[in-house]
Amino acid sequence: MASTETAPTVGPAGGASALPSAACAHCGLPVPTGRARVSGERAFCCEGCRTVHALLHEYGLERYYALRAAGAAAPAPVRPRDRTHAELDDPSVRARIGGPLPGGLESAELYLEGVHCAACVWLVERLPRLVPGVVEARLDLGRSRATVVWDPALAALSGIARALDTLGYAPHPARGRLEQDARRREERAMLARIGLAGAVAANVMAIAFALYGGLLHGMEPEFAAFFRWLSLGLTVPSFVWGGGVFFAGAWSALRRGLLHMDVPISVGLGAGFVHGALATVRGTGDVYFETITTLIFLLLSGRYLLRRQHRAAADATELLASLTPSAARRLEAGGVREVPLDALVPGDRVEVRAGEVVPADGWVCLGRSALDLALLSGESRPVVVAPGDPVHAGTVNVSARLEVTVERTGDETRVGRLVRLVDEQARRRAPIALVADRLSGVFVAVVLALAAVTVSLWWTTDRERAVAHAVALLIVTCPCALALATPLAVSAAIGRAARAGILVKGADVMERLARPGRMWLDKTGTLTTGRPALVSWWGDPAARPLVAAVEAHSAHPVARALVTALGPDLGAATTVTEEMGGGVEGHVAGRRVLVGSPRFVADRGARVAPVVVGEITRLVEGGITAVVVAVDGEAVAVAGLGDELRPDATSAVARIRAHGWRVGILSGDDPRVVTAVGRSLGLEAALCRGMMSPEDKVHVIRSGAAQGAVVMVGDGVNDAAALAAATVGVGVHGGAEAVLAAADVYVARPGVAAVAELLDGAERTLRVIRRNLALSLGYNAVAVTLAMGGHLDPVVAAILMPLSSVTVIASSFRARTFREPTAAHRADGSPRSARWR
Amino acid sequence: MAVMFVLLPVALLFAAAAVVVFLWAVHAGQFDDLDTPPLRILVEDDGDGMPPPPAGRA
Repeated sequence: MASTETAPTVGPAGGASALPSAACAHCGLPVPTGRARVSGERAFCCEGCRTVHALLHEYGLERYYALRAAGAAAPAPVRPRDRTHAELDDPSVRARIGGPLPGGLESAELYLEGVHCAACVWLVERLPRLVPGVVEARLDLGRSRATVVWDPALAALSGIARALDTLGYAPHPARGRLEQDARRREERAMLARIGLAGAVAANVMAIAFALYGGLLHGMEPEFAAFFRWLSLGLTVPSFVWGGGVFFAGAWSALRRGLLHMDVPISVGLGAGFVHGALATVRGTGDVYFETITTLIFLLLSGRYLLRRQHRAAADATELLASLTPSAARRLEAGGVREVPLDALVPGDRVEVRAGEVVPADGWVCLGRSALDLALLSGESRPVVVAPGDPVHAGTVNVSARLEVTVERTGDETRVGRLVRLVDEQARRRAPIALVADRLSGVFVAVVLALAAVTVSLWWTTDRERAVAHAVALLIVTCPCALALATPLAVSAAIGRAARAGILVKGADVMERLARPGRMWLDKTGTLTTGRPALVSWWGDPAARPLVAAVEAHSAHPVARALVTALGPDLGAATTVTEEMGGGVEGHVAGRRVLVGSPRFVADRGARVAPVVVGEITRLVEGGITAVVVAVDGEAVAVAGLGDELRPDATSAVARIRAHGWRVGILSGDDPRVVTAVGRSLGLEAALCRGMMSPEDKVHVIRSGAAQGAVVMVGDGVNDAAALAAATVGVGVHGGAEAVLAAADVYVARPGVAAVAELLDGAERTLRVIRRNLALSLGYNAVAVTLAMGGHLDPVVAAILMPLSSVTVIASSFRARTFREPTAAHRADGSPRSARWR
Repeated sequence: MAVMFVLLPVALLFAAAAVVVFLWAVHAGQFDDLDTPPLRILVEDDGDGMPPPPAGRA
């Protein structure tokens, strides 16, 4: 671990300005000295933040800050990427993401990282003011895509992309436009069907009221016939175009030898329509057109709601592809030239500046720096690399310029293989049979049997009425409420969950979480803060202020942790020097102070007594980083630095286990650290696994899948494949956007507390689903009894059918499946929470 | 009451017109993005002659 211990300055501010000054009133990041924009009592880090703050203030939207405070810790600093985006000016790239518009303009679609809120919409759509030549910029927040229209004579797409980059929204060419277009067309077609079905249902219902009035008070036969023909004429387009969705679904299910909800729906709709049409033509018998059209409208609406929840799922690989830069700086005979990533070949030498992402796999040939490997290992502590060391695409060069010899590019890189793995796992995952679909098989059989019984009961009395009663039974048992029961409950729950900061992507997630199984948690960033913190102190307490004084001069995460724990810094340190990968040396009040790794302290000539060595060994074996403090050439104290547990981790894990889940840890970190964290959470040692590569994680998930549900909770790209392979993958706040895409659930709050809430919510949602199913089956039972007894005429059917649907709708939207965040904090562990159960 | 034979089809024509308008709106993409437009109204349009926001707006 010695190599990961210390690395040079990390973070936006280095050197003299490293001391945290005021935080920006808008974004919360430290305001760099000398660059502050002060307005009144508030300080801002940049003009953008000041403007946005002023705007929010002006319009009385300060609540934004309160909402944000409830949701998140300090946001990650924006990492400006020093890219020219020249590849966007390539005609082939431009053709893929847009095209010419009339009037000599051009349009293109860009995927933007990190767009979240109203301020982002405002900022991105202000692009025409920032870049001359841009005519229009429209942001689609849900899909993180901006459509830019510009005049090619005045601006280039690369310049527009650079402007977006400076705003903090790293742009990428939008991929998968064809699928996007197909999905958009499909959604539009569904909405159009709903519109037509709704209009038809309302008008047929109005006409039906006239007919019912006629039944009570008498009506001239020519009027009755006219109304019926009119109803039939209105019903035909709704039945053919709107109902066609269900017939197609039923047909494809039957051809594969399956039964799902579309089959009983089609039987009911078909029987009702044919019977009604015959009755209209013959001028005698009952018609059920209003029931049929209302059914079609409600069923289509339910299906649309369900469909909308699915939209983002297909974009996972696109986001992963955005992890590597789209261009690289190649070292050529004449100097440095920026080339598209596709043009790199093994053997090329590329330059990677500080703050940039490594474009390909290879090895360092010149320079020394620290790399952030979080992408591949999930560990956020930078690792020092020197010439000869391997580097991987997608890792971030933290501190100094490197020259890298390319070995593998594109799909062949480690991250490329990871992307493929995510894709593969997502495809291999078996769909689950939803409760409603499992029920529908039984349902069809029972309904058909009951219809047969009805016919045979009435056959001897009156053949005509026997058929009429059987048809009435088929229509009234058409499982409208049953088909709505699940989608409504789930989409209402998903809406509530979103307000509580839990974004659920698939409608089947709730049912996948129904039965407890195994839950694997990632350690760094999920259970722990991912930042080092002082966990133990051995030795002379008088050395504490000395350590704070010396470490105040370093920006390294370990130094920051020590200053926080041991401060305040009295500013007494002089002649402070820092050794990369080692430690810090300085003088405080005339005493020489060394703080650093055991090797560093020993190298600088300090005497380390055996008792100190014993203490160091004890810490290292417990998975804790040992920092030795030496004063005047004698080691006097040992500070233990560990990854700090999140404050809510213990209670959240206990709640998850109370649901019956077996909880374990899968981490890329040192096994000793993992075991130590697991022990403090009370987990079985056998379930705490360290040193797991992304591939290992997938293996563990897959091998457990046979025994039941496996849930993976993680925040890093190294978890992405495991998230995709799991029964349910939960991405935790703070992770890369790619995690958001690979996961089924994205928690917009840090920590695992939200995962416990997700389980609570899923349980309550399932209860609502079951209640809905019971309600709708109850209505059906009443209706069947009436129909078999011959008491069900069209009026009763027209009342009963919508009533059952309305009951289910009310039951779904009234249910408190997920609580709002404010209530969540209050209700935690208090007796109130019992009320929702 | 024979006026019914005229009135009803006329009423249905109005309904048909409404459906046609809805279909046009759907195909023009008015319902594609339901998340961004509600945020867009929070921001004033460009233009330097921007009126000051009325006092007391919350």
